[in-house]
Amino acid sequence: MMETTKKICAGDVRSASRLIRDLEDKLPGARPRLKQLFPYTGKSFIIGITGAPGAGKSTLTDALISKLRKQNKTVGVLAVDPSSPFSGGALLGDRVRMLRHAEDEAVFIRSLATRGALGGLAQAAGDAIHVMEAMGKDVILVETVGIGQQELDIIHHAHSIVVVLVPGMGDEIQTMKAGIMEIADVFVINKADRPGAKQLQTELTSLLNASPLTEDSWRPPIVSIGNLYEPEGFAEKTAELIKTILEHHTHLIVSGQLALRMERMAIMEINDALRTCILEPVLGRLIASGELKKITQRIRKRETDPYTEAEAIAYRFLKSGDSL
Amino acid sequence: MSERKIRVMVAKPGLDGHDRGARILARCFRDAGFEVIYTGCHQTPEQVAAAAVQEDVDLVGLSCLSGAHRVLFPRVVELLREKNASDIMVIGGGIIPEQDFPMLYDAGIQAIFTPGASLDSIVEWIRTNVQTRD
Repeated sequence: MMETTKKICAGDVRSASRLIRDLEDKLPGARPRLKQLFPYTGKSFIIGITGAPGAGKSTLTDALISKLRKQNKTVGVLAVDPSSPFSGGALLGDRVRMLRHAEDEAVFIRSLATRGALGGLAQAAGDAIHVMEAMGKDVILVETVGIGQQELDIIHHAHSIVVVLVPGMGDEIQTMKAGIMEIADVFVINKADRPGAKQLQTELTSLLNASPLTEDSWRPPIVSIGNLYEPEGFAEKTAELIKTILEHHTHLIVSGQLALRMERMAIMEINDALRTCILEPVLGRLIASGELKKITQRIRKRETDPYTEAEAIAYRFLKSGDSL
Repeated sequence: MSERKIRVMVAKPGLDGHDRGARILARCFRDAGFEVIYTGCHQTPEQVAAAAVQEDVDLVGLSCLSGAHRVLFPRVVELLREKNASDIMVIGGGIIPEQDFPMLYDAGIQAIFTPGASLDSIVEWIRTNVQTRD
């Protein structure tokens, strides 16, 4: 066993956070270390938390950490915030809501910037989850960036998905649309003390009534959570939320859905890995040789088309058996 | 296609709620292309150090306007050392009298920026001094 593998499996924060960073930065030495770690992954329960910006995802994540710690579970948290398309920088502010857990050694919180990924997560999110799994975290909470209607990458990384809604974001047509509304295993109506919460609850209920049951006959429960500053009610409701999520976990196991979801996740992983080991090196070479620029110019002048060019490139690289 | 991104943490240790400066800096670092972990006010040095290690930042920027920098700043450096993370640099800013500079430098604070320091000079200092670690 490699030294880093040993350390990370023993829960060493320093090694784990460094490996996550190396994976994010795509350092050449990082991937082999992840390979070593892979056999020790796959045992954590992964909960995705998604919803619009400001819906309360980080605050709920903070509350869920507390509840899980009361049950003596170790927790990993991955909090994703957007990178600037202009400077490439990012302001990662989710930790602000989770400060009280900073010193708890059973809790490992890591912020990630999207770095251009469009699906609501960062490219390295899957890798970071694996590192936390290897650390032996019982539960991993993955908080997406604030999303709109269709940044749904979270379904490829989490076992259970919590969609956080808030009142006042639109009429019932919004609840009928494809995308975000379809991926929830549990709905939260957050800030439910605000006007419009009842209406949202009614609309959501009628949406669920009209939806065919899923293949595993799970009907997403709706948990309404009110004001954080009314601590008793908030504590009660967040307790209900964690109970509901854990019930879904049990349901996944009993119904056999967990295995299906994990298979779906594995398909995505091999997809991503192929892209990393085929597409990226090919593009890298074409950029380095200046060929990509020539091709794009010819496409722009309509001297050729992107389809023919892509086929020719694929033929050349795959045929040559060049190590990519 | 590997690229080391500079990661910094901006934190306000102690009982001091004046975070305008820290927020301006956090945004300025974002615009400089850094990834900034902003952790807000009222933190213990223990929380700051733990978060810095979990986030694997290159540098922690501490802001303090309450006068407690002589205690709080060195404590963060000390805790990072205990966590075997003395490669994480610590710089400080705020209302800090010049006579305290030597004491803070001795304690391991690597730079101090006081009112009047330009944002550019701080960004430049970080770019120059954060060694890309590997």
